[in-house]
Amino acid sequence: APLSKQRPIQKTPNSIDQNSEKPRNTIMAEVKLFGCWYSPFSRRVEMALKLKGVEYEYIEEDLSNKSPLLLKYNPIHKKVPVLLHNSKPIAESSVIIEYIDETWEGPSILPKDPYERAMARFWVKFIDEKCSVAMWKAFAIPGEEGEKAKEEAAELLKFVEEEIKGKKFFGGDNIGLVDISANFIGYWFGILQEIAGLELLTKEKYPNLCKWIDGYINDNFVKDNLPAKDKMTQVLKPMAQPGYSGYKPKV
Amino acid sequence: MADEVILLDVDISLFGMRVRVALAEKGIEYEHKIEDLVNKSQLLLEMNPVHKKIPVLIHNKKPICESLIIVQYIDEMWKDKSPLLPSDPYQRAQARFWADFIDKMVYESGIKIWTTKGEEKETGKKEFIENLKLLEGVLGDKHYFGGEEFGYLDVALITFYSWFYAYEAIGEFSIEQHCPKLIEWAKRCMERESVSKSLADPHEIYDFVLILRKKYGIDQ
Repeated sequence: APLSKQRPIQKTPNSIDQNSEKPRNTIMAEVKLFGCWYSPFSRRVEMALKLKGVEYEYIEEDLSNKSPLLLKYNPIHKKVPVLLHNSKPIAESSVIIEYIDETWEGPSILPKDPYERAMARFWVKFIDEKCSVAMWKAFAIPGEEGEKAKEEAAELLKFVEEEIKGKKFFGGDNIGLVDISANFIGYWFGILQEIAGLELLTKEKYPNLCKWIDGYINDNFVKDNLPAKDKMTQVLKPMAQPGYSGYKPKV
Repeated sequence: MADEVILLDVDISLFGMRVRVALAEKGIEYEHKIEDLVNKSQLLLEMNPVHKKIPVLIHNKKPICESLIIVQYIDEMWKDKSPLLPSDPYQRAQARFWADFIDKMVYESGIKIWTTKGEEKETGKKEFIENLKLLEGVLGDKHYFGGEEFGYLDVALITFYSWFYAYEAIGEFSIEQHCPKLIEWAKRCMERESVSKSLADPHEIYDFVLILRKKYGIDQ
């Protein structure tokens, strides 16, 4: 049976917008999150909820044995995360995060300006659909296809490097949508690199991006929302082995 | 200062058509620059260096890329006329979810129909119909996906309608047979000038697809 855990509300950390003086959430609403502790998509939704100070019930899913409730609430993709708000389900992390930003008071996750919003959405889409896919393949797929993926990832990361240049966070002074959504680059990939002995995302080749990563994983708010490295390594290590037949994210 | 709006586009792109529909719904005047994708312009490469693709909207010299992102930008920038996204956050989330579904699932299965052969093509057809049926379910008895008003999800899907003729001819099947309500919806949308003037001619699209199939030896 899936575990139910009450996650505590985080105190206001230094990376979020201190100028936001809106009151804490007192809406007596039922909020549940179906997630997976090692999924970057699940963790980014949790970050968004915590930024807004939303109390929620967390339900841990075993991705190799999905619960009937998850399949009921996300019949199309059958994936985590799924947010349930007053019994209404929302799936797809980018959709959920925008919903959270629009529904609850608190620090803004997306920028207010329409052009900046479009840029933030663009980078999230690029990072998720192109960059991270190539980076995962570089880790998980052996042989020629893996080598090609490494080359592709190296090229794509150059765009991200350019984008973060001169900025503390993608969101400016405070973490925003792109920072939250780039957690795969920010944390997960570092662990994958170590496991596979990859030298793809290095300080020499991507000094600005690596500087962002340092700031990101050491940020008081962000680091409370990252799964422990040793546990992550335990989960990710087998995925690189040939003949692994357990759960593996689809690429 | 008057707004300068430029759209880099190609006639038959169903992504480009979405932007045209959105601009027309809002009554925005713009310069329509048709690109030669074999010989991309310096402007396109500068405005979309990451993907080098159309459509690109250039608003007062600032580029916005990716059709659904552009449509949301248009809706947020010109918010006083013809709102496209619903006002309720949950309805907005549903519209975004299904638009994402269209891009990932409907588009991919459609591509399979005209770019593959044999079993892969049949799988593409099957998935395409299944995906359209799901969308038909989302539409239900509503006038539009947006309810009474034409909205974001209508914009996201209607441009595929211009490609139906090509899919049907190459796939040898009838979409109307499987999804009659969806075709009714599409015809309703086509009664809107913003849609009928923005969608490319289905026969032109079919001709283009035939040329590509011949070029890549898919029709052999």
